[in-house]
Amino acid sequence: MPELNNAARPLLNKRRKTLLVIGLGTFVLLGIFFWGMMLSPEAYGPNYSARRLAPCAAHLFGTDNLGRDMFYRTVAGLSLSIRIGLLSAGISSLIALVLGSLSAIFGGWVDTVVSYLVDLCMGVPHLILLILISIAMGGGAAGVITGVAVTHWPSLTRLLRAEVMQLRASPYVQLSRRFGHGPVYIAVKHILPHIFPQFVVGLVLLFPHLILHEASITFLGYGLPLDTPAMGVILAESMKYLATGMWWLAFFPGLALLLATQLFDVVGEYLKTLVDPYGSRD
Amino acid sequence: MFGAGPLAQRRKDVNFSVNKGLWKYLSGSIGRLLLLVLSATALSFWLITASPMNAVDAFLGEVNVSDAQRAHIEEQWDLNKPAAERYVKWAKNALHGDLGQSITYHIPVTQVLGERFKASLLLMGAAWVLSGVLGFALGILAAVYKGSWLDRIIRTFCLVLAATPTFWLGLLMLVVFAVMLQWFPLGLSMPIGRVAAEVTWAQRLHHLILPALTLSITGVANIALHTRQKLVDVLDSEYVVFARARGETKAQIVRRHGLRNISLPAVTLQCASVSELFGGSVLAERIFSYPGLGSTAVEAGLHADAPLLMGIALFSVLFVFVGNLTANVLYGLLDPQIREGGKADA
Repeated sequence: MPELNNAARPLLNKRRKTLLVIGLGTFVLLGIFFWGMMLSPEAYGPNYSARRLAPCAAHLFGTDNLGRDMFYRTVAGLSLSIRIGLLSAGISSLIALVLGSLSAIFGGWVDTVVSYLVDLCMGVPHLILLILISIAMGGGAAGVITGVAVTHWPSLTRLLRAEVMQLRASPYVQLSRRFGHGPVYIAVKHILPHIFPQFVVGLVLLFPHLILHEASITFLGYGLPLDTPAMGVILAESMKYLATGMWWLAFFPGLALLLATQLFDVVGEYLKTLVDPYGSRD
Repeated sequence: MFGAGPLAQRRKDVNFSVNKGLWKYLSGSIGRLLLLVLSATALSFWLITASPMNAVDAFLGEVNVSDAQRAHIEEQWDLNKPAAERYVKWAKNALHGDLGQSITYHIPVTQVLGERFKASLLLMGAAWVLSGVLGFALGILAAVYKGSWLDRIIRTFCLVLAATPTFWLGLLMLVVFAVMLQWFPLGLSMPIGRVAAEVTWAQRLHHLILPALTLSITGVANIALHTRQKLVDVLDSEYVVFARARGETKAQIVRRHGLRNISLPAVTLQCASVSELFGGSVLAERIFSYPGLGSTAVEAGLHADAPLLMGIALFSVLFVFVGNLTANVLYGLLDPQIREGGKADA
């Protein structure tokens, strides 16, 4: 019946909408990432003829005490945040992948040790741990990146461990083992392809935490040097000028930070529906 | 709590097995606590000793001393001995309640911790209660009026708040309430230039409101969303349909069937949130220059005050563990289903 085929279809079905959101979100985030990297430092450098301006057409987020354009500083800061996020997400997720699979594959005392490490990492309040690691590394950018990178694996480790354990017990893996396939073959051919999507989703969902923790620790004065355009530095500096009524110094950069982290969250959640359509239905 | 009668009688019957299970659980937990505290402090100690920041420099500040005097200080502090040996010494002293001398404050660490903790406890306690009560109430409202505009507003509000960085929120609060409206002071736990004894409770409260509000907000979102979900599940259940058929009003249903089922998970969740509360207090205290444990931790780190930092690490580990333990014990103690389960095992 041709009429049926011609029936009006909504332009955006759920799958298309999901893909569109993921695509747009990734595009915006990548845009900020590259824009901030290509931005010349002069764009957010001091300009003494334009100090303490409230937001206007020329300076969307206003300017600070030194006449630095807050909009470009924010873009550069977000780009830096994403760069740090990428690096530390890579390290954190790699730790999670190794520990999670080891724990699930070998079980026994290996499993006990891994769970103990997870407990240890979660037993110390996160910010205190970040402060301690930053001190151990002598502060600065290295301290922040190391701290953020080596403290975000516990939740992902738990997730991957549960996933691998479930796969190991599944009939096709059992069967493959009976066929005489070795552990490496099984890991590469059967287990990795299955956990890879979960792994990617977990990695994307790590970003908001990474970025916010980096900003918090920098805000407290441990992280990146004061002259870098980092979100934590921008917000910490704004504190000095709040009493003089320069509210835009805190408001816009913080809002941009919130939106960027939310964008990561949205992309991650939509990826999750795409990867696992049955699991995430509300 | 939920009235006497048959329930109380049953509670007495299972009392014995509960106690047995509880003791077993508690002793297991204490073993875990010891192991955790030992390894967490060892980790902290290792991190601090690995630091290139020099404790002697931090101690001396701008003062110039000869190399011999330097060596003397290093010897007095055992800085030339291996880290493991120093850790054992620190742990031994800590068991006797001696956490050493703070480098920046020149008084015993326990004294600094005690003073600062009082201020922090006030702040964290206020935020904890506030977020619990507010979150619970909002969650119930959202669930009862599920699907209405009220529900939608509460949910959006919570989702946005849950994602908002604490320190940015604190800054906004400062801008709006302290700078623009001037309702509250800019910071500190009491007016400047007064002796602590002269400060009235009203003044203290006045200084406490903004930081406590900031700190409570992330917790509110968590509890509210959780409570809403639980209550929605309860209200969808068949026994609630039956209760409605019997003619109970919505308020009665919530009171009789809802609260009993949702209050326990909420309390547990709230107890388990102390780790985030502690982290949040570090940021909130920094923004409002509130002299609590969190701002002390930041200062200690910036000034390489190793003994104080160790004290704070130890303290925070204990604090978080007690919170989690309370959550677990409360769950086992208060939930009849879990209690019965424990009985079947015994």
